[in-house]
Amino acid sequence: MSGLALEDALSKHPSRGRIRAFDAAVLTLVLLALWQAIGSWTRGVAVSPPLQTLVYLFDLLRTGMFWDHAAATLTAFLVAFALSALIGLALGLIFGVQRFTGEVAEPILAGFYTIPKVTLYPVVLLIFGLGVSAKIAFGVMHGLVPMTLFTLGAVRSLPPVLIRTARVLRLSPGRTMLWVLMPACLPEIVNGLRISFSLTLLGVLIGEMFSSQRGLGFLLVSGMAQHNVPLSTAVVTVIVVVSIAANTLMLRLRGRTAQRSS
Amino acid sequence: MSTAAVSEEPHVALDGVIRQYDGPPAVHALGPIDLAIRRGEFFSVVGPSGCGKSTLLDVLCGLARPTSGSVRFEGRELHGEVPDGIGVVFQEDASMPWLSVRQNVAFGLRTSNLSPKEVAERVDHAVSFMGLAQFAGHYPAQLSGGMRQRVCIARTLVLRPRLILLDEPFGALDQQTRLLMGDELLRLWCETGATVLLITHALDEAAMLSDRVGVMSARPGRFIDMVETGWPRNRDSRIVSDPEFGTVTARLWSSLREESLKTMGRAA
Amino acid sequence: MTRRLAALLVRIAVLAGLVATLEICCRTGIIDPLTVIPPSDMVASMIDHVGSGEFNEGIVNTFSTIVLAFVLAIGCGTLAGALIHRSLRLRDVADPLLASYYSVPTFIFYPLLVALLGLGKAPLVVLGVLSAAPAVMISTLSGLDGVSPVLLKLARVQRLSPARTLWWIVLPAALPRLFSGFKLALSYALIGVIAGEFILSGSGLGYAISFAYQSFDNRAMYGLMLFVLLAAVIANGVLYVWEGRLARRRSNG
Repeated sequence: MSGLALEDALSKHPSRGRIRAFDAAVLTLVLLALWQAIGSWTRGVAVSPPLQTLVYLFDLLRTGMFWDHAAATLTAFLVAFALSALIGLALGLIFGVQRFTGEVAEPILAGFYTIPKVTLYPVVLLIFGLGVSAKIAFGVMHGLVPMTLFTLGAVRSLPPVLIRTARVLRLSPGRTMLWVLMPACLPEIVNGLRISFSLTLLGVLIGEMFSSQRGLGFLLVSGMAQHNVPLSTAVVTVIVVVSIAANTLMLRLRGRTAQRSS
Repeated sequence: MSTAAVSEEPHVALDGVIRQYDGPPAVHALGPIDLAIRRGEFFSVVGPSGCGKSTLLDVLCGLARPTSGSVRFEGRELHGEVPDGIGVVFQEDASMPWLSVRQNVAFGLRTSNLSPKEVAERVDHAVSFMGLAQFAGHYPAQLSGGMRQRVCIARTLVLRPRLILLDEPFGALDQQTRLLMGDELLRLWCETGATVLLITHALDEAAMLSDRVGVMSARPGRFIDMVETGWPRNRDSRIVSDPEFGTVTARLWSSLREESLKTMGRAA
Repeated sequence: MTRRLAALLVRIAVLAGLVATLEICCRTGIIDPLTVIPPSDMVASMIDHVGSGEFNEGIVNTFSTIVLAFVLAIGCGTLAGALIHRSLRLRDVADPLLASYYSVPTFIFYPLLVALLGLGKAPLVVLGVLSAAPAVMISTLSGLDGVSPVLLKLARVQRLSPARTLWWIVLPAALPRLFSGFKLALSYALIGVIAGEFILSGSGLGYAISFAYQSFDNRAMYGLMLFVLLAAVIANGVLYVWEGRLARRRSNG
């Protein structure tokens, strides 16, 4: 079982139903209280308390500076994600269909997934310099392999009887891929996109954190450097909210495409 | 006496067919097989597990090439590709989970040149023939195993195949459902006039449904007995009350028992 | 030749080919030696620097931090997972949290951790645990889910005590998925700790690599990088092989 498969084992768990509204409210309050506690206990040195952060955030969202940085992160992210998704999809399909190539490649890819890629960052910087392309490279470095592995897994777990059905119905290879392979693999591919999304974002942010003058990652680090705690807390909040929103959206999407599969 | 239309040329003919797999280890899975199936005949194959029944099906429809020997369908030799006119129902559930029942059944006609109206007609007919009209908009995940198999049969039916191959299609079903599905299969056979080859491990099923039953040996599978049942064409599962039924089943088992013991690793 | 063996050989050949290509490109100057040094040099540098003992303290620091984080993550994770599993209500609350957890880059909290706990081992251990524990929780939940109900019925029919049921039935049944989680935990703890050291620390292997990079000592940097990567591959590889052995015993074969 691939390590990645475990990460979404929970999303496949047949949940009993939604979390009760009461429990969700309690949970939110507990988290906010914890946040508040850490904020005041450290006297605003580490985190700024929720209310203060919220106020600061509202002001921040009105500045042009913030949106400049956000746009920088967004553009780098979109390019990196598109690359990760498309290349990952293509490679995953090839490795899934060509069994032997897939067998050769999978351990290499899985191995790459487990190494601390941050140690390779200096190499990326040496090759790409200190600019947008380095950020995009970081993003792709993190997001490409999971997408490939998920697509590969999706193709592999295709019930062989569907391919045999396609052969018996005398479908051309192109039609077999388009009418049978892709629809059958879609839920897992969406899952791969979801994981790749988070990891690509992680890569881009970390890249910004120490090799860029623009972007939300840079904003976070500069907030720390200037001891502007509300700023860094606000940026963290924005990133957390965006990540969770995107993740939830894609989980729903996966649920919708998979609702008909048993 | 079978009243199926008999033509000079067998509908399907296997001549000295052998199927081997290269190793390691090398496996002689099937053959040599000599078999001639008459047009419109209902022919069943029984045999111990692992004897090569599924390999036989693969070879018959062109999914696999024989290592030696020839396979002829309607007079033409198969060269490893699936010819027009053959429909296959597999052992595993081959319904497509992302399509509704109707869409699943219509899938078989996607590559045909029929007009949408004709497609709709055929699909409607197949869906109601298999008793699925109520569930036409449902998805396979919402259906039972038996119903999913009916979807697969309907999908095959819609193509109007001249030869229908079924590989233990009712394997996962309970006995009562099997008996009823057997009746459905006979209805299908009468209605379409197709030649049917059924692979099954259930002797009573083979005896009940077929014009002729071939008994295969343990691997490498060869035919060690051919039993003509002589049933009338319009029959159903109630044929079990015919005294001949017991005789046929007994003969099948006596041929098969030794082979089954061999497969289990014991002396006869 | 079995397929697995053939795949292994091709894999080795492909990797060897890549390394050889890199070596040639570096030596002939196609790749600027200031950017990437030849692999043979990397190996030599690794042997020099690590062998000289100058990084012994850093190595011990880093590995001990990783092991500590790993052990804590497994301990907390399995316990938490087991507790959550018992209560359906708690599970309903935890499920969406765990499902979204890894979508947030845990990394962004690291500067906060340093501000809270100071520069030293503590924030690194916490970062490692934060990265690894949820994976263990998820795999524990998944593993416990996977215990076939019929086995539990068997335990009741045989009138086994709760402790025995746990030890003889639940744990062995859940083990494959649990082990998968442990594998992930090691890999995440390792990544978390080294990344943390790299960005914001005064000691350890991650820091040493960052320092070498900033001092323009490419040779030392690559040597250390290679060492860290090899350590990661070996550690994960050992668990992977172990898992394979466990799996093979249980499958039909």
